[in-house]
Amino acid sequence: MTETLPGAAIPNPTDEAAINAAVDQAITAIAGAATLDELKAVRLAHSGEKSPLSLANREIGRLPKDQKALAGKLMGASRGRVNKALADRTAVLEVENDARILIEETVDVTAAPRRRRAGARHPLSTLQDRVADIFVGMGWEIAEGPEVESEWFNFDALNFKPDHPAREMQDTFFVEPPEAHLLMRTHTSPVQVRSMLEREVPIYVLCPGKVFRTDELDATHTPVFHQFEGLAIDKNLSMADLLGTLEHFTRQMFGEEAKVRLRPNYFPFTEPSAELDIFHPGAKGGPRWIEWGGCGMVNPNVLRAAGIDPDVYSGFAFGMGIERALMFRNEVADMHDMIEGDVRFSEHFGMEI
Amino acid sequence: MRTPLSWLREFAAVPAGATAEDVMAELVKVGFEEEAVHRPTDTLQGPIVVGQVLSLVKEPQTNGKTINWCQVRVVPEGQEQTLTGEGIDPSGVQGIICGAHNFVEGDKVVVTLPGAVLPGDFHISARKTYGHLSAGMIASVRELGIGEDHDGILVLSRIGLDPEVGTDAMELLGLYDQAAEINVTPDRGYAFSIRGVAREYAHATGTAFTDPASKVQAPAELSGGHGVKLNDDAPIYGKAGCDRFVARTVRGVDATRPTPPWMVSRLRLAGVRSISLPVDISNYVMFELGQPTHCYDLDKLSGDIVVRRASAGEKITTLDGKERTLDAEDLLITDNSGAIGIAGVMGGAATEVSDSTSNILVEAAHFDEVSIGRSRRRHKLPSEASKRFERGVDWQVAGIAAQRVVDLLVELAGGTADEAGTDVGTAPETITIELPAGFAAARIGIDFTEEQIVTSLEDLGAVVVKHDGGWTVTPPSWRSDLETKEDLTEEIARLVGYDKIPATLPVAPPGRGLTRVQQQRRRLIQALADAGLTEVLSYPFVSKAANDTFGVAEEGGERTALKLANPISEGHGYLRTSMLPGLIEVAKRNHSRGFRDLALFESGLVFLPDGTVGTADIPPLGARPADEVLDGLYDGVPDQPFHIAAVLTGHDSPAAASHTPRAWDWADALDLARFAGDVLGVDLVVSQGSHQAFHPGRTAKLALRTGETVGYAGELHPKLLAAADMPARSVALELDADALFEAAPDVIVARHISTFPVATQDVALVVPADVPADDVLAALREGAGELLEDVALFDVYAGKGIEEGRKSLAFGLRFRAADRTLTADEASAAREGAVALAAERFGAVQR
Repeated sequence: MTETLPGAAIPNPTDEAAINAAVDQAITAIAGAATLDELKAVRLAHSGEKSPLSLANREIGRLPKDQKALAGKLMGASRGRVNKALADRTAVLEVENDARILIEETVDVTAAPRRRRAGARHPLSTLQDRVADIFVGMGWEIAEGPEVESEWFNFDALNFKPDHPAREMQDTFFVEPPEAHLLMRTHTSPVQVRSMLEREVPIYVLCPGKVFRTDELDATHTPVFHQFEGLAIDKNLSMADLLGTLEHFTRQMFGEEAKVRLRPNYFPFTEPSAELDIFHPGAKGGPRWIEWGGCGMVNPNVLRAAGIDPDVYSGFAFGMGIERALMFRNEVADMHDMIEGDVRFSEHFGMEI
Repeated sequence: MRTPLSWLREFAAVPAGATAEDVMAELVKVGFEEEAVHRPTDTLQGPIVVGQVLSLVKEPQTNGKTINWCQVRVVPEGQEQTLTGEGIDPSGVQGIICGAHNFVEGDKVVVTLPGAVLPGDFHISARKTYGHLSAGMIASVRELGIGEDHDGILVLSRIGLDPEVGTDAMELLGLYDQAAEINVTPDRGYAFSIRGVAREYAHATGTAFTDPASKVQAPAELSGGHGVKLNDDAPIYGKAGCDRFVARTVRGVDATRPTPPWMVSRLRLAGVRSISLPVDISNYVMFELGQPTHCYDLDKLSGDIVVRRASAGEKITTLDGKERTLDAEDLLITDNSGAIGIAGVMGGAATEVSDSTSNILVEAAHFDEVSIGRSRRRHKLPSEASKRFERGVDWQVAGIAAQRVVDLLVELAGGTADEAGTDVGTAPETITIELPAGFAAARIGIDFTEEQIVTSLEDLGAVVVKHDGGWTVTPPSWRSDLETKEDLTEEIARLVGYDKIPATLPVAPPGRGLTRVQQQRRRLIQALADAGLTEVLSYPFVSKAANDTFGVAEEGGERTALKLANPISEGHGYLRTSMLPGLIEVAKRNHSRGFRDLALFESGLVFLPDGTVGTADIPPLGARPADEVLDGLYDGVPDQPFHIAAVLTGHDSPAAASHTPRAWDWADALDLARFAGDVLGVDLVVSQGSHQAFHPGRTAKLALRTGETVGYAGELHPKLLAAADMPARSVALELDADALFEAAPDVIVARHISTFPVATQDVALVVPADVPADDVLAALREGAGELLEDVALFDVYAGKGIEEGRKSLAFGLRFRAADRTLTADEASAAREGAVALAAERFGAVQR
């Protein structure tokens, strides 16, 4: 690129035309340098020690005194122009070079490995937390109890008469020996009894947890499942309060369109008792009524078992299944998926529900 | 309860066009659940008519069979066929091929004409067969879907019928009827009858109800009948096993007479098949009135009837032909020969009515619910009778039911009723319930009018007497479930309608939020999930061997574990004492489904029955037990701590471009255990552990600062992995999370953050190979004094340059003072102090 040939004549530092020509030559070469390496060669040729302009500059010393000033001024300006051009070109090429390196470093982000992965919660566990949070938000407390329980807490305290058919409907797992009166709790209601015995009235508690019935595992049954039961004991509680509580909860859970319907039913521990249906606006195949659990006004015998005076206090209770909610809320079609522990099931949900 | 609509219509105003679905929709309003619809016409369509066989020609076939070529008249003689359609002969006579031989010319039979559809989607059409055009079928009860008998076709004379030719056979056989099946809750025994359902239908629709009991004319008193004694010397809960026994006698019965088709049809829709006329009548009355009755062959009875408890080991052969050994608690019907029936459950074979029976003794008795329930469970004999007795039968209706059976035996079986009869027993005391004014309104939240309250209760059959403070209510005899004002309140709300209840939201007092432990539990579970593990839930049922392996650290130790009396499978008959067996099962399942890289965790209760298990006695219901009794109940419930466990197998991540996955190893299990401690603020002390389920050299025991062991982490024992068909080098951990929660700090006191410069010094110490690095580190920390800010192990080396049996541990020490810049000399002095203590304790030598 350089047009200054070795051994070229040294321009006269007083010859403005020759100097300008050398400057023009230098600037053309600078502009033509495409890389920093090329620019380095151009710099050597046009502003290095052997360059015409440097050599011309050195000639100033030999000039007659009266010409020195003029030549010095001309050469100073000329070399300044060349240096500026070099600096400008360097800056441009450096920017270009930096950009090129970055482009060369381009990776395929779609081929990135996963080095850190979030695990997953079991959706039953996530859903249980969500239910609890709604009630905690209402000022209720979460109560818990043992899964192997005394028969008294599971049945007698809940007004199941010893030989009543209702006891058999619970399909109980008994623990040996039978004389010890221990069983796997068939519902979380024993926690309600414990709560009543341990707490001061008024009581507003939610009892979530595992429960056990001797059902064989199939698409809709499992011997181990999860419930949450609510219990409120206060002065002057009525079935309207029960309905209002259930409505508030289901709206938080399923949206403002959700509704609750009560139908008469029988449970030993509540009187009056009701079956609880919810109107699920997001149900698969369109909004519809879904059976979800049981509820009612706490039977006075249950209050008496906990030493609470039924003439002073009344209460309501309700109980729903978490598995069932997961089935209708998240369209889980088969109970096997919930209990087999296949990682695809939990991982599909991740941390959400 | 299956309710045939034709039967219901006799006592309730069911609209003519109503379907079983319509009836169920009404009953749902008053608290019954829909179960099923039973409707023959769902699978059976006409034309199906009565035909008369005009001629029958036997035609032997080459296959050895003989078929009948029949001409069957299907319209009355002299009339023309009005039905039209392909294959229907305008002459009114159909040519039909029939393979059955149990009929002769002149018999009246059921003809399914071309166009009819039979159960199994079997379409009848005219078709060529055996050289004839067979235009229809002569049907058997099985083909019609109304019985099992397929020995031959249905000959109408044999079921007592002689209808006109051309009659709609579906009408004749009751096949246009349908039944609504509802679920009856255990408190509503009265609804196991047409009587009860009709009453409820009337409640639901506000229409008229006729009590079937009121249609029966029973004598007010009976005397002079068969001798009956009630000798219960061992009442359960002090309640006599039998408190009423009505015995009636009907003589000269023809037990072989066919049961009329309308009765057969109703019984079939109600769920029982026709057996014989006396048995059918007994069943019919049970369904109609809810009172089970029993018919004995009077001539097979010897002496008086005695109702008593069995003696242990006494035997009876029941109606189903099985010999049963009786329990001393079983209530029996006996005569001089011994047991002739298990009361309320099943009669005995010896006194059963048969075709030759001509004199019948009818029993209608009232038994104790508990006694019947226990016998039914003991002998595994659920029957329509026991179902009703267990739930409570109307004491008052026994005499009426007996009369109804007698009437039907007279009317249908040609018998003559004895004037004399027996009615012994004592009526239960009638109870009255005080319903205070305002109580129902307060409990339900509806401001009931006085009329709503009184009308609802009177509709149930109760007697209501008003007084100053409310009402005195006497429930009807068939509602033994009504005992309290709450029971009455439910009935009022039910009849007024639960849909009238308004919604109000009670406000709970300010709560405490989640408890500390509840928050800790959530944090722990969430942290393990966030760390990349997948949460699973397995059953707590394990084998004894699994508990013995995982539940105790010591080799050959046996775990005290809870055993289930009735497990789902014997192989999983115990409750877990460790989370790991279930978790390993889940890991295996995933592995077999092709998932090689797994990091699973589960949390839940384990069951540790150390000490007292259970209580010998259970306090009665309806009263708060005394404190010491309650304490006994609490103490008898085994310890059930909350554990968390994890199993890791394969690699930490899937293989990917420019990424090499790392195989999980023992250190990952240990690291996760310590991580679990970290998220709870609990510093776990790690030491070389020994646990039979783990690799003997690659197991860490985890303990609290107090020394209490809280778990193990490491590589699972290679033999155990091989036996479980799990990949080698799988690792696991299990922690008693409850112990961690308890050990978590209550208050953390802030530390001063010094901004003076740090001075770091490294030190390499050679120690005997069996000295745990953690112990050396502890010595350094202690020996360095308060200037030491942190110390960490950064290298372990053994081999060239280090004496055999020793190892070199390299530590980085970081010194900093709270109040000044440390000089090099100060830092060195602190380091020397650290090294000196390590040297003193372990013979550590600086390298």
